Amino acid sequence: MAKNDLKLLGGWFSPFALRVQVALNLKGLDYEVVEQTLSPKSELLLKSNPVHKKIPVLLHADHKPICESLIIVEYIDEVWTNAPSILPQKPYDRANARFWLSYIDDKLLTSTKSILMAEDDEAKKPHLEQIEEVLEKMEEVFNKYSEGKAFFGGDTIGLIDIGFGSFMSWIRVTEDIIGIKVLDEARNPSLAQWAQSFAAHPSVKGLLPETPKLTEFAKLLILQWTASAR
Amino acid sequence: MGEVKVIATPQSFPCARIEWALRIKGVEYEYLKEDLANKSPLLLQSNPAHKKVPVLLHHDNPIAESLVILEYIDETWKENPLLPLDPYERAQARFWAKFIDDKCVFGVWGATVAQGEEKEKAIDAALESLAFIEKEIEGKKYFGGEKIGYLDIVVGWMSHWLNVLEELGEIELLTAERFPSLHAWSHNFIQTPPIKDCIPPRETVVEYFSFGINYVRSLEASTKS
Repeated sequence: MAKNDLKLLGGWFSPFALRVQVALNLKGLDYEVVEQTLSPKSELLLKSNPVHKKIPVLLHADHKPICESLIIVEYIDEVWTNAPSILPQKPYDRANARFWLSYIDDKLLTSTKSILMAEDDEAKKPHLEQIEEVLEKMEEVFNKYSEGKAFFGGDTIGLIDIGFGSFMSWIRVTEDIIGIKVLDEARNPSLAQWAQSFAAHPSVKGLLPETPKLTEFAKLLILQWTASAR
Repeated sequence: MGEVKVIATPQSFPCARIEWALRIKGVEYEYLKEDLANKSPLLLQSNPAHKKVPVLLHHDNPIAESLVILEYIDETWKENPLLPLDPYERAQARFWAKFIDDKCVFGVWGATVAQGEEKEKAIDAALESLAFIEKEIEGKKYFGGEKIGYLDIVVGWMSHWLNVLEELGEIELLTAERFPSLHAWSHNFIQTPPIKDCIPPRETVVEYFSFGINYVRSLEASTKS
């Protein structure tokens, strides 16, 4: 089998699958996307990720499947060492990149889901505060790491750009659904600018799902979440 | 390679992970014992995002989050590698580490604190998560193979802290009957130097967890009433 025999079990709606696609594109790799649906889950997905039954999954040549978006991205960076590097070179910078992604996955993703499920303004409040806090923090991180350049990774997109940037469409959708803007030019000028640069990057262009389509999808997903939470 | 300090508390297993890793690598470090009820300015300044232990300070540069710190330690000090060298094996080790922190730790904790009707379900979820780990250690001395590796360090809490949770939660999870390989591993791991040199006394772990369990249960009681 060819070394670069690559298949991605992904979904147009998934910010996690998007992380992997951007990484593959950045490395200039050829791959096939096998589009998945949330329900029913395909036999291939259930067989490839029996532990979590979730996308993304990377199928690479004869290897057993690799799961979890950020783990897949690090794998891609380690196997295809051609430029550009996704992770920084120095251990301290790598640790910082990993730390901030862990922070985003821990705080931003959970509070986004919670705010979408919240029934009224009172219930939304703590999650809104958390989201705003995270964005304020990431604005600081961007200003520090970018050193005046377009991305967290400097001239080129790196791990934080990929991990955080892939989530932008979902932030827009959340804003539409809750009727509150969280990421705006006034409060987070650097992030607002960066989000545009990220969307326009050649490895990302055309992959970000359009807000109206994703909003419709999100509304159905919220119904599912709410039903299973009861 | 310069000054290394660890901001930690002895009862915390994420902190133990860091000490184990540094000792395996033969790295000398200064232990800065933190009082979590009265957090130090150094901790708040070193980990403003979470205000939690452990934090590794290397040349006064702070690194937080135990799994992030473990990777930093492995990349900075090359002796006795913790993670496998092959990228595919590394991806697998990282996958299981994340699974352990996301599912096993929370699963076991959930089973410990649950009461009444929810307890049975919580126990089942915990057992399900442990079954995956049993499969990973089957036929191996350590998760890392012949020597202790990254995943052993991450799973290490199961060799000492888990038993305390079982006792406090009045549950039985890691038994030789149910998970023979994991059970055998946990006995072996806890007795291996340098692991056994930084195991906190059982009573301190009992006290630490009891406080947490009572806090969670009283929170739940107050939201239900």
